[in-house]
Amino acid sequence: MQKFDVIIIGAGPAGLAAAIYIARAVLSTLVIDESSAGGQVKTTHQVANYPGFVEPIAGHELAGNMRNQAEKYGAEFKLAADITALHLSNQEKWVELDDENRYAGEFVIIATGSSPRLLDIPGEQEYKGNGVSYCATCDGEFYKDKDIFVIGGGNSAMEESLLLLQFVKSITVIHQFDKLQAEKITADKVIMNPKVSIMWSHEPRAFYKKENRMVVEAENLKTNKRIRLERDGIFIFVGLVPNSTFLKNTPIQLTKYGYVITDPQMETNIRGVYAAGDVREKRHRQITTSVGDGTIAALEIIHKV
Amino acid sequence: MLQTNLEHIESEEQLKELIENNEKVAVSCGRMGPMCIPVYGIFEILQEKYPDIQFRDMDFDIPAAAIIKVLPECRNFYGLPFTIYYRNGKVVKATSSIQSAKEVKSVIDEVFA
Repeated sequence: MQKFDVIIIGAGPAGLAAAIYIARAVLSTLVIDESSAGGQVKTTHQVANYPGFVEPIAGHELAGNMRNQAEKYGAEFKLAADITALHLSNQEKWVELDDENRYAGEFVIIATGSSPRLLDIPGEQEYKGNGVSYCATCDGEFYKDKDIFVIGGGNSAMEESLLLLQFVKSITVIHQFDKLQAEKITADKVIMNPKVSIMWSHEPRAFYKKENRMVVEAENLKTNKRIRLERDGIFIFVGLVPNSTFLKNTPIQLTKYGYVITDPQMETNIRGVYAAGDVREKRHRQITTSVGDGTIAALEIIHKV
Repeated sequence: MLQTNLEHIESEEQLKELIENNEKVAVSCGRMGPMCIPVYGIFEILQEKYPDIQFRDMDFDIPAAAIIKVLPECRNFYGLPFTIYYRNGKVVKATSSIQSAKEVKSVIDEVFA
């Protein structure tokens, strides 16, 4: 078993900020992530509100800089690594990875962030990239002059719809409520576009393929009646979920939505286990707030050591 | 131009030469977008773990990308990036849209084992 002073699970802004502080304090630091470093920031086109950058910086560049900074001060990384076993208690903390090694930490910081929510219905995974998409800027052009569904009614769904309207012939929005949750100014722009129609109080239950077209089976939540409609593609924007399922069999306290509960010093109910960033229960989720969380967790640990 | 730490494929000849001279090749063809960047990042990490596999990326908007776009395996693809796995010069797997590290490793185990 390899021992570290601190194990950080998650290499987004919260985890990387913590790694920079902890490694600079000359504590041995291991950063683990199931993907590459950078979290959601690396997929953000331009970041314009991160202090210190007068001109917007590409998200992948900002993320790369954070990772390089942590590495420069001695943090070690295990990326594209799956956690196969995890033990978190007041007395002992270790992580087992798919390299079949076990890593123990005096302290652990959970900074796994959040991810776009999946509908988790039949056909979603099967047709990903073949009719089901999650990104208007990436895949909108494949649907030029075509008819599509947009699933969701929040800010991201409406903002992405506005982008899609530059390409497509029509959009049918499927939304579970009888009004949109998006900011009114954006929602109005979508609703007033003649190419848009909305199915209120409906939820998709399954996706099918019929020759080259996609079929959505949607349930009317008021009547429970199901209908099947056919379009050329489906774009899904239904919010974010915390990446905390790996904590389900641990004693870490989560909210009913899966966010990790901490005190103001970022410590969880388990002594020596901290949480930082979007995975933590809090009101505001920004790159800057994640960096702040990571910094607080790191300073608390440094203080205790 | 893709800003990654992978070697880029910039011409059809380069890709043909690569797959002719290497048993295992993986090419991810896309843009610097939110679905593509994670796949490039995973490739960057996996190229250290799997030195026998040649990992490359390719800009979807250069003329040479036609060699990927016209593949029969990509006919029904509507999501970037298009990721193609070649073994002994032949396409053995193609995926569309974002893939997790777990999914990429699973494909590698399936087609390159």
